[in-house]
Amino acid sequence: MPAVRIKDHWREQRLFDQRSLVCAVIMALATVGLIARLYLLQVTRHDLYSDLSQGNRVRTEPIPAARGLILDRAGEVIAGNQPAYQLELVPEEVPDIAKTLQSLVEIGLIRAEDVDELERTIDSSRSFDSVPIRLRMSDEDVARFAVRRFEFPGLDIKTRQTRWYPNGNLAVHALGYVGAISEQDLKHIDRATYAGTSLIGKLGVESAYEQKLHGTNGSREVLVNAQGRSVDRQGAFVPKLHTKAPVAGDDLVLSIDLKIQRVAETALAGHRGAVVAIDPNNGDVLALVSLPGFDPTLFGRGITAAEYGTLQNDIDRPLFNRALRGTYPPGSTIKPGIALAGLTYHVVDPAARKYCAGAFHLPGSSRMFREYHNEKHGWVDLDDAIARSCDVYFYGLADVLGVDRIAAFLAPFGFGRTTGIDISGEKGGILPSREWKAKVFTKPADQMWFPGETVNFGIGQGYLSVTPLQLAHYASIIAMRGKIWKPRLVAAYRDPHTGAMKAVPPEAEGEVNGVSDEDWQRVVHGMIGVTQHGTAAAIGLHAPYTFAGKTGTAQVFTVAQNEKYNASKINERLRDHSWFIAFAPADEPRIAVAVLQENGGAGASAAAPIARKVLDAYLLDADGKVKPAT
Amino acid sequence: MMYEEVATGSRTRRTLTGAARVLFALKIDGPLVIGLALIAAYGLVVLYSASGQSMPTVLRTVARLALGTAAMLLLAQINPNFLRRSTPWLYAAGCLLLLVVAAIGHIGLGAQRWLDLGVFRFQPSELMKLAVPMMCAWYLHERALPPSWTSLAVLAALITVPVALVVVQPDLGTAALIAAGGALVIVLAGLRLRVMGALLVLAAVGAWFGWSFMHEYQRKRVLTFLNPQTDPLGAGYHIIQSQIAIGSGGVFGKGWMNGSQSQLEFLPERSTDFIFAVIGEEFGLLGLLVLLILYVFVVARAVYLSTQTQDTFARLLAGSLALTFFVYVFINAGMVTGLLPVVGVPLPLVSYGGSSVVTLLAGFGILMALYSRRKLIGS
Repeated sequence: MPAVRIKDHWREQRLFDQRSLVCAVIMALATVGLIARLYLLQVTRHDLYSDLSQGNRVRTEPIPAARGLILDRAGEVIAGNQPAYQLELVPEEVPDIAKTLQSLVEIGLIRAEDVDELERTIDSSRSFDSVPIRLRMSDEDVARFAVRRFEFPGLDIKTRQTRWYPNGNLAVHALGYVGAISEQDLKHIDRATYAGTSLIGKLGVESAYEQKLHGTNGSREVLVNAQGRSVDRQGAFVPKLHTKAPVAGDDLVLSIDLKIQRVAETALAGHRGAVVAIDPNNGDVLALVSLPGFDPTLFGRGITAAEYGTLQNDIDRPLFNRALRGTYPPGSTIKPGIALAGLTYHVVDPAARKYCAGAFHLPGSSRMFREYHNEKHGWVDLDDAIARSCDVYFYGLADVLGVDRIAAFLAPFGFGRTTGIDISGEKGGILPSREWKAKVFTKPADQMWFPGETVNFGIGQGYLSVTPLQLAHYASIIAMRGKIWKPRLVAAYRDPHTGAMKAVPPEAEGEVNGVSDEDWQRVVHGMIGVTQHGTAAAIGLHAPYTFAGKTGTAQVFTVAQNEKYNASKINERLRDHSWFIAFAPADEPRIAVAVLQENGGAGASAAAPIARKVLDAYLLDADGKVKPAT
Repeated sequence: MMYEEVATGSRTRRTLTGAARVLFALKIDGPLVIGLALIAAYGLVVLYSASGQSMPTVLRTVARLALGTAAMLLLAQINPNFLRRSTPWLYAAGCLLLLVVAAIGHIGLGAQRWLDLGVFRFQPSELMKLAVPMMCAWYLHERALPPSWTSLAVLAALITVPVALVVVQPDLGTAALIAAGGALVIVLAGLRLRVMGALLVLAAVGAWFGWSFMHEYQRKRVLTFLNPQTDPLGAGYHIIQSQIAIGSGGVFGKGWMNGSQSQLEFLPERSTDFIFAVIGEEFGLLGLLVLLILYVFVVARAVYLSTQTQDTFARLLAGSLALTFFVYVFINAGMVTGLLPVVGVPLPLVSYGGSSVVTLLAGFGILMALYSRRKLIGS
């Protein structure tokens, strides 16, 4: 048996007191530790936790800025904003979702085949979130819902701003359009500044001036609880939250004159082609037409795959901007340029007459260069050659000039490079030269420049290719006797609140050097001849102003050496393209224009009448009198 | 000795006011009750805010406090000798009930902590919070102290059995408190320091052993405690959000009923286990210090009362009850502030719900019974 220990009450009391003391000390230390922890959290790290707590309770919602309007030079709206209506449903407020959707099918607001998909969407949404169940409601849909609204608790019509183009297709290739922001767009925009923005400019002015038009989105702080539901009160109080107002984008005033634009589009309607009209005094683009066009509104409201497919597969290529991106041989419209080159390099005596027998042969070659329609012009001087568009005269002149001098002389007119118009997508065409040929072709045999190619160059065929915009630009330079202005579409910005205008100064780009005033006059005189007794005499008839012009016909289909071109016999799409350039009044030009009608045949018959309508629309008042220059 | 006691008694009697006389007659310790009342009142104010301004919640808590107060007053009248004699029966009954709960839980395939008595739900584990320290004190009161190795082995068994039964419920928080109640009795009994060291080693081994028996969610809690950021939306969410609540409160707090973390429900279990964070957010560091001062006062007073008792059973039990109250506060505050893992321990007298309020106040009733009859106990 182990030693019996006697209970010692005194010792036990002492022991207990000691242990109590130890425990008290431990508790004191623990309390100090706890307070130190509280100090760390509430004093040292207070700012950090305040931020985290603020981040929890506040959700910042963007307020999209109103997109700037686009106006024509007279102030008419080309692109505006309009509310679009959509039907939204808050799941927790709807007593019976299946029944509600069924009723909506019955009144024709949603389609029966969409019901399953909608139910899945609703199921996967938070019960307090508003779920869009029908987009793009027409006014009629809205009205139909409004009268039966009481039957649909938890459903409401919401509006959002979308882009609106009151004139539909009009000027769409200048304007561009807005569409949903794509992956591609995200690469070059700042996501933060686009939070809350759903549409972005895709082409034309809408895209090029995106930054100006977009404005600055604002933001609104919303109090949210842990489930993400927005709430008014935090406990017993309504906290003060911040709102930053959005700043609307600038309105753009275009150089486009919708009156001219309409006339041009109407005149070209039913054909494929382009019209570009420019004020030669400052580069203002007065009209920019490419037909066929498309309705830009389709993209803003969300284009369906079927709609897009139809546009893309259309043989007439409505999405293709012919004015900026279509490159065609300029045909005879190049002849004034060749004539200027001949005069400037002194290789031609303007008064000297040459005989046109309907065909041209290079010395020592049997290859025949035909006259258009095998016409024989007889004896022609420079003036006649321009007015009657004598190919034989220019075959010879080109041969004398040689490709190097032609290419060097034409370069300042903007061929072979983009004009620098203020929207993107422009093509530069081709200004051929020996260097160009050596660079572009891979086979040594093809890299050589042949004399026959120079001959074709003289009448704007062969490698030379231009866009309608380039040709209008070229016409304005001739109109201004060499002065060059960069074409532009945006003439001014307008502050949407104050209405204050800020003009965009036109950009001068120097001039064509070395051409004497006399030579300019000679060539312009030849071009006036075109509209008075030359190829376009029919359309120049009774014009109350003198105007200079030049017809052109660009070959699409090469006629064999021993065949005749017969327009009625060949496929419509293989017919020649019809060109016409003009400016008026000839002495004090206010407008220069280039018209292209694809497969229109000869320039005089198809393109020239359109140009005349455009000139009349710009220069004449309601009584048919020439308006005074402003 | 006798003389002094009588002298003390007579001097006391002479200076007693009317109210104090009533308290004395009711075997109630004034300072302790005032401290508890202040904590409870503070708790009700906080609870009104934390419950989202729910008056019914506050009223239910008032009812529970009333029930607890009744239990406290009743137990304060009990003769400590009777209490001591009935201890083994109480302990045995508690263990039996825990077994019944475990059996029902096993059949019902799920966590089971309570017995449905029709009128109210009774948690045997709450009873064990009192019965285990009582049993330990009972076992030691006639034995020589500090306890022998044999005694320690018996005591370890006495504690382990009910704790194990509660752990499997599973209710880690309550199990920890029960174990603390028993362990504190042993510590106060004069456990030698090197034995304590040995026990710590044993505890480490036990912890490893316990880890292998833990439920997945319990393990996750421990891991999350060690690094809350590993699972910010899952198990770590509680701890992160409560630290944000406390930290964003700063020194002065965001104001009553104006804590965004608690009012907008970012803080989980805001009116129950995490109510400490609500105080930190709405009343700031100052509000928490006031609360801690009240708790320290109550604990200090209770420890003082326990040192005034005269026999081993009373001393050990009273001391254990006083110290357990502190453990309660520390575990809750520690878990809410990220010092300790999240175990479900409510903040005493402040957290909403549960039968712990009744148990706590009953414990203080026993403590006051032990103190007020300190001279009547013979051994």
